[in-house]
Formats: sequence, structure tokens, C-alpha cells
Amino acid sequence: MATKAAADIEKMSFESALSELEQIVSKLERGDVELEESIAIYERGAQLKSHCEAKLKAAELKVEQIVQDGAGNPRPEAASFD
Amino acid sequence: MSDSETTNAPELTVSELAANLKRTIENNFDRVRVRGELGRVTIARSGHMYCDIKDDKAVLNTVMWKGQVNALPFRPEEGLEVVAEGKLSIYAGRSNYQLIASSMRPAGAGALMALLEERKKKFAAEGLFDPAHKKPLPRFPKTIGVVTSPTGAVIRDILHRVRERFPVRVLLWPALVQGDLAAAQIEAGIRGFNAMTGEDRPDVLIVGRGGGSIEDLWPFNEENVVRAAYESEIPLISAVGHETDTTLIDYVSDARAPTPTGAAEIAVPVRSELLLATGEYGERLKRALTRRAQAGRDRLRAARLPRADALVERPRQRLDYAATALPRSVLSLTERARGRLDRTGLALPSPMRLVQDARQKLTLASTSLAHGLGRAIEAKKLELSRAVGGLRPAPLRAETQRARKQLTQAAVRARPALDKILEQRRTRLEGHAKLLEALSYQSTLARGFAVVRGADGTVVRTAVAAGKQSRLDIMFADGELSAVPHGTTTKKTKAAPAEKPKPPAKSSGSKSGSGDDQGSLF
Repeated sequence: MATKAAADIEKMSFESALSELEQIVSKLERGDVELEESIAIYERGAQLKSHCEAKLKAAELKVEQIVQDGAGNPRPEAASFD
Repeated sequence: MSDSETTNAPELTVSELAANLKRTIENNFDRVRVRGELGRVTIARSGHMYCDIKDDKAVLNTVMWKGQVNALPFRPEEGLEVVAEGKLSIYAGRSNYQLIASSMRPAGAGALMALLEERKKKFAAEGLFDPAHKKPLPRFPKTIGVVTSPTGAVIRDILHRVRERFPVRVLLWPALVQGDLAAAQIEAGIRGFNAMTGEDRPDVLIVGRGGGSIEDLWPFNEENVVRAAYESEIPLISAVGHETDTTLIDYVSDARAPTPTGAAEIAVPVRSELLLATGEYGERLKRALTRRAQAGRDRLRAARLPRADALVERPRQRLDYAATALPRSVLSLTERARGRLDRTGLALPSPMRLVQDARQKLTLASTSLAHGLGRAIEAKKLELSRAVGGLRPAPLRAETQRARKQLTQAAVRARPALDKILEQRRTRLEGHAKLLEALSYQSTLARGFAVVRGADGTVVRTAVAAGKQSRLDIMFADGELSAVPHGTTTKKTKAAPAEKPKPPAKSSGSKSGSGDDQGSLF
């Protein structure tokens, strides 16, 4: 289950991971969670946090330009505008 | 006058005021576009152009510097309607505000403005500008789609800002942004991005170009572009021209950025802030869990069962106390009861006992009566014998002897003293007696009288008596002498006999009597 959850987090966008992390933090801070659950959601929160950090650190500028292929379909192509 | 004295307004110099105004004007009107008719136009030898732009109510002094004047595509002349662009400023030297024009063109564009207004009303009526239609922008876009010219400054400005804040993927849809073909290409870009699927599909779009004239910006007022922007499912940020330029796409976009750089700022957050926020969430997560665990631990401790022997300890202690106290309390109860019983018994003596007690008391009384009497007699007898004992002769004799001895001693000691006292007294008495005798008539003698004594020593008071004397002792003040009476004298000169014998007595006495007198006196 943990691995499933971890895999689930891997696919999450930064935004959704961060918003879930926010929810977990406020839920845990309210203190109205069962102890067992609080440990479980803490674990998930910690994973979400690492995921967010990873996403943030991995973020890099990637510049592409849309070009039309032979059939007139657009596709991105690496570009530079410096 | 009095008003100006009571006000708190600071006094400014004219220059300060002018500088202040200049700053205010230049900040607030740093880019204006004004339409009006050219008044007098002067191109100075310096090449700068000075002109008025006016309408029926106001005049605006306008300056255009040499460089721009030379670039003007038309010849400005009085009466020509123009649209001038530039900034407002103040020429403090002449209390004059003026437009520093950067561009000027004939107001043929007035027709475009009218069209723009007409379209704006139409789209507004259609609800294209409805705020409710505007879509929220994603907080963290993964891909930004930009529709603009690949050669302009816009894409560079955006990339620069994105790199600074939050590097993400930027997809450019190249499009002309001015001219006849521009509107179609911009529309194609917006729709093209919306048509994309999967990873490549942007989360947010930026549509923009740099500043320019109304004609330059016109593609962004075209209906097809406005409708494409309105229909875009991907949130769209418009960034057309400068802040003062407003095109119709700005009304339908989900967010309007004043500049391309501003569009990038709207599109992406700042990564460092997010890292900070994420870190903070992590900390809060840890703290919350720690607190939660601590709370659980506290409750667990509070709820923990006491040890079995601890449970028994207290009752056992109570039992021990009770067991110790029991015999003591029984004993004291018994004692108390006995005490009460005794007191009750004492309080209620039997009649027999009463009689016995009385009889006993009687016997005791009679016995002590007799006994007491005897003892009283004995006591008195003792007293008497003591008194009698004190009356024995021996001590009395001793006492008498002692007293007699004392008396003898005292008498022995007293005799010489007494004799001495008597002697002293006698001496003093004799002294006094002589003195008394000597002094009693001394003064009288000094005055010339004399004391005449008979042979027997008695004082002779009369001549008759004197005549009868065989010898007379006459005492003068300085001594005595003896005389022999020599006949009688008449009575009338009583003193004569006394005086008569006096001179001889006196003379003899003074010559020879002193030794006799002395001798007879002592």
C-alpha cells in the first residue's frame, strides 16, 4: 500500500502535491486525527514534501518553439531566443 | 492674513513647488496620447519643434525634439488634426506645462478609435468581458505557451523573468504581431495551443507584443483574436503594448499584464519562496506529529493502570492503622466506663456506710477533743516552764555584776573628766565674777566717781557712815587707795567728803598707792 501510495505521489503534479501537503499539515495541526492515522498521514505528508522539493529542484527552463510538420501539425522543437 | 498665519501648511519656495509639480506630473502622465488640432507650429533653428495642440476649450503646449521631428512621416502644419504621444512635463521657468511628444501622426486613426469603441460595446453586450467567465490561473504551470513574435523583445523578456522566478517549459507559438496577417496567426496560436494534448499542452498562455501605435496594436482588437481568447480553455494572460495601451484582448483575457515581464510574473511563482514554503510545511508536519505523539503519550500516561500492589498498599495501610488502634480504643473505652462507674459509686454511698462514716467522725472528734485538750495543757505547761526557766538567779546575778562593773568602769573613767569639767567651770565662773564685778561700775569710775568702802569692805554710801569708819578704801577707775576720815561735813555738799579726800588720796594714791593697791587687790 505504501509503495502504491508512493507511486501515486510520483505521478502528482507539484501543485496537487503541495495542496495535499497543506491539507495534511492543517489536519495534523488541528490534532483531531487518530494517532494511528496521524502517523500514516505524516508519512504521506513527508513523501509529498520530498516530492514537491524534488519537483522544485528538478524544474529547469526548457524553451521550445512550435513548428509545423509536413502535414501542418504543430510540434515542439527546442529553440533559443538569446 | 490671519488665515495664512494659522495654517500649518509648510512654506515652499517657488522652485520647490515647481519641482514637486514636475515630479508629480511626470510620474502620472509619463505616457499619454492626445488628439487635437495643431495651433501655431515653430521649428526652431535648433531643429526642435514647438507647437500647440488645441481643441475648442483648451490648449496644450507641445515640444518635439529634433530627432523625432526629423522622423515625422508628415509635415506638421497649423490646422492639421493630429494624435500626439509622449509624456507631460513642466517648464518651471514659465509656469507652463507641456507635452514632450515622442511621436505624432495625422488623426486619420480617429476612425479606428471609433471602431474600437463600437466593438468594445458589442463584445461587452455579448458578455465576452464578463468577469464570471474568467478562469483561474494555475499556481504552478508546468508549461507556458506564448503566442508572439520569435524575433521581438517579448519572448526574451518572458524567458528572462521565468528563468529568474521558476524555470519551466516555455513553448513559443510564433506569430506576426502586426500587419494584415497578424490577427490570423495570433488566433491560430491560441487555438493551436488549446488543440494540443498531453505533455505539450500548456497550462497557461501568454499573448502579447511590445508597444506601438493603435494601428500597430490593431490585430489584438480584431474580432477573431478576441473570440479565440474568449474561447480558450487554457487560461490566458494578455500583455499587449505598454500599460497605457488597452486593446480588446485585454478585456477578455483571464489576466492582463502591463508588460511581457509582468505576464511572466503572473504566470509563475518564485521557486525560492516555494522551497521555503515546502520546507516550512515539512517542519509543521514534524511538529504536528511530535505534538500529536506527545499528546497520545501524555494521555497514555494519564490512563496507565496502577501497579497491583500499589492498589493494595493504601487499604493495607488503613487496615494496619485500624488494627493498631482497635485494642487501644477498647482499652480506653473500658477505662472510661470504669471511671464513670467509680464516680457513680462514690456519689451514691450506702446508708450503712453513711452511719459508719458519721460514727467514725464522731469517734474521731471525741478522741481529738480529749487529745487536743491534753495537748493544749501540755503546750501551756511548756510555755510556763520556759518562762520559769528564764527567771533563774544565776543569769540575773551575772547581769547585775556586768552592769556594776560597767558602772564602776564608767565612774572611774568619769572622775577625772568630771573634775576637769568642774575645774573649768569654776575657773570660768571666777573669771566671769571678777569681770562682772570689775565692769559693773567701771565706767562710772571713769567719769570721776569713786567707790568708797569701809574697813569691813562694805560700800559707804553716806558721809555719816563714812565718818564712822576708821578707814576708807576708795576705788578709782585706775586703782584704790586707803584714806582716813577727817571730821564731818555739812549735809549740803554731799559729794564734798568724797571729793575732799579725793585729791590727797588721788595724789598719794597716784604716787605710792599703785604698789599697795596692787598688793591689796591680789
